[in-house]
Amino acid sequence: MQLITTMLLDGLSYASYLFIVSVGLTIIFGVMKILNVAHGAFYAWGAYAAAYAIGLAADNDWPDWSGFVLIFVAAILVGIVLGTIIERLILRKMYHEEEVLIVLATFGIFLILEDVILLVFGVNPYFAYQPMALLGSVKMGGIIRDVYSLTLFGLAILVAFGCWYGLNRTKWGKLLSVVIFDREISLAMGINVQMVYLVTFILGATLGALGGAYIAPTISVAPGFGIDVIVLSFAVVVIGGMGSIPGALIGSLMVGILRAIAVHKFPEFELFVVFGVMAAVLMIRPEGLFAPEKARRI
Amino acid sequence: MADTPILSVRDLNKSFSGIVAANNINVDVAPGEIVGIIGANGAGKTVFVNMITGYLKPSSGTIQFNGKDITGIEPRDATHEGVCRSFQISQVFMTMSVRENLLIALAIARESGTAMLLPVDHPDLTDECERLMAVYKIDQYADSTVSTLSQGIRKLLDIAMAVVANPKVLLLDEPTSGVSVEEKFGIMDIVMSALKEKGTAVLFVEHDMEIVERYVHRVLAFYQGEVICDAPPDEALLDPKVIEFVIGTDYHSGGAQTEAADA
Amino acid sequence: MVSMAWNDKTIRWAIIGFALLAAAGWLLPTWILNNVMFGLARGLAVLGLLVLWRTGLVSFGHALYFGLGAYAVALLEKYGGVTDVFLKFGAAIIVAGVFGFLLGFVLRNYRAIFFAMLSLAFSMVLYGVLVKMEVLGSTDGFSVTQNTILGWKPDGKYPLFCFIVLTCVIALSAVQLYLKSALGHLTTAIRDNELRVEYLGYSVARAIHVKYLASACLAGAAGGAMAMALGQVDPDSMVNWTVSGELVFITIMSGAGSVVAPFIGAIVFEFIRTYAFELAPQAWQLIVGGTLLAIIFFLPGGIWSLLEKPWAKGEADNG
Repeated sequence: MQLITTMLLDGLSYASYLFIVSVGLTIIFGVMKILNVAHGAFYAWGAYAAAYAIGLAADNDWPDWSGFVLIFVAAILVGIVLGTIIERLILRKMYHEEEVLIVLATFGIFLILEDVILLVFGVNPYFAYQPMALLGSVKMGGIIRDVYSLTLFGLAILVAFGCWYGLNRTKWGKLLSVVIFDREISLAMGINVQMVYLVTFILGATLGALGGAYIAPTISVAPGFGIDVIVLSFAVVVIGGMGSIPGALIGSLMVGILRAIAVHKFPEFELFVVFGVMAAVLMIRPEGLFAPEKARRI
Repeated sequence: MADTPILSVRDLNKSFSGIVAANNINVDVAPGEIVGIIGANGAGKTVFVNMITGYLKPSSGTIQFNGKDITGIEPRDATHEGVCRSFQISQVFMTMSVRENLLIALAIARESGTAMLLPVDHPDLTDECERLMAVYKIDQYADSTVSTLSQGIRKLLDIAMAVVANPKVLLLDEPTSGVSVEEKFGIMDIVMSALKEKGTAVLFVEHDMEIVERYVHRVLAFYQGEVICDAPPDEALLDPKVIEFVIGTDYHSGGAQTEAADA
Repeated sequence: MVSMAWNDKTIRWAIIGFALLAAAGWLLPTWILNNVMFGLARGLAVLGLLVLWRTGLVSFGHALYFGLGAYAVALLEKYGGVTDVFLKFGAAIIVAGVFGFLLGFVLRNYRAIFFAMLSLAFSMVLYGVLVKMEVLGSTDGFSVTQNTILGWKPDGKYPLFCFIVLTCVIALSAVQLYLKSALGHLTTAIRDNELRVEYLGYSVARAIHVKYLASACLAGAAGGAMAMALGQVDPDSMVNWTVSGELVFITIMSGAGSVVAPFIGAIVFEFIRTYAFELAPQAWQLIVGGTLLAIIFFLPGGIWSLLEKPWAKGEADNG
């Protein structure tokens, strides 16, 4: 029983984290049709920026709760700065290119951003445990969990609700669905598609950075940890159906819980489970679980 | 119609999530017969062509070719059987030259598997390719990349590629659409004279009634997925249902039938 | 067949060039010899990716076959005691080929990013298995130290170098003849218009399966050669997705214009890496990423497009 609870809690908190990271990836794909490999770098930048800011705050004797504010500030700053630079300077010139070529370009951006991290933050790990220490831990069903990881659920629900509300209940969401439906028609209707793309990309980048920033207090932020994240969130997004937000939610839950079961029961199959599921889903539903159907050609 | 039909369609139906695109179609085509398919946009002409050539699977009904059931086969198997088609929007290899397009088509059409392993500049293939380009009058564009050529030339290439497998039934989906008025008859003359020698049965979708009148033995008129008229052209183009649902009143160019239609 | 190969200008020059390279190898200092050997080995895998790239397909998971080839060599030596270069190399190709053939049934139905991502997923499954399995060497992998050629145990790596050069020439010639054939021309045809290929009577899925199988065998050969050249196999340098990324990078950097390009590109890559690690050890990814963007924006034909013009001119002169 205790094992089941542990697996469930682990799985859910891992799923929450995966959802926050991959929802940004899926939004960017849904609107811009770009599979953004650089997303892993946004994540890493978010983590570094948050860890650095929290460390700085601690050195200057700011109260510990300021860490929570700094996490969001760091994520938004990273999203706006990197998102704007990359969309404006590189992606905007490539929208007419083949999908695969754009993927390669974002792979190039990812590699560059990874190394720039080293140049800016150095090779030593950063620790930003203050927010986690502040919240302490709690005993649930005989298992001790730190409260901070539990707040991940809350954040994931918040993000999911925000996305749903933004897409279905605001003017912006309507605009977005028009652009998703047909870029050419949107242009003809006088919608500023470039602006929609820029804002979408910044939003996606911010969510990626938020995933990193929020996880930063629970780990030691060290070089090269953006890599695993891209690969995993790809799996999540592909399982759910690229461009689908409910898909990202279901994909995260599937991957999160299966991985937790594997970690506790069959540790040697940890990665196998994730990509095995992805391969299986793709074989049964090539476009993923929730992807919209495509139009015929002739 | 003393001949046994080469193509025989029975009770063919197709619907897309409730919308009927083909409704109980029954058609026989004799070897060498030229059939014009007319109908307004959305009448089900292309759906019909797509089902015969295997791009769409019918909801029910059968298609017999040469006495063999070919209902729902793959497009490539339809080609192997001898049912080929051209497309409303030319489906050709845009980044390759006209010659390369035809060479690939020829290599695939060879029954032996080893033809695919021959270098494309092998005389086995090139001689036939030059001959075809001459017949279809596209030899002067042999080395031009297709994307630089006019719609008319692409249409001719598209049709030439459909013909290399020596089909017994050829379906042409709007062979003259998107082609300038001056080119239209030129294209049809080239294609029809090339096919006449071979005795290929041709079904072609066409909006231009002048072309229909000039070339076909028989007209199939489609309306809302149904064949509303199946008759020789002089009869079909006078049929009141055809006039109402297909031709409309905007067909003004010459011919006694049209005057009657206008009246 | 042989005369047909010799009549091809690319093959003729490649044979002459590689013969000179093999001869020069005798005189080259070890570190250069090693770099060229690594480049040639990796070039085999890139040649496989070139075949796919011509069809418009990119695999982000070819480290799967690279790794299978490498591990086939290592496991055969460790558990089978086999040291013969030909046997090990053959095993690498066969293992990769069998997996490529089987997975090909799935992958041939996918295009564009779905093809790329599903390839990645398969390669990560292998990575996950290797990392966790002690019997397969876990994260440390194995060493591959015993290389004999038909019972002869040579000193130094020069004979292995010659063996790899020979393999590359054979592979390159075969791919060149394939690309010149009607079947090879189908690569571009499929990229241009799959529907037409189907209506001409050829199964696009089958054509892609054949290409995928060929590229898997080439990547397996590359992995096998790399394992013997490097003397070591481990998951991170043979199977991880970064390895696939490197292979794709070299493909783009080399350009798809010629079957010689992958080898030139891969050798250039090895030397850049060697110098980059000496001069700016922390900026390696920066260099790779920057090069990738620069190639995409300013040199879409890759390095080969720089060499192509003098080459094409020579071709015209020779008639």
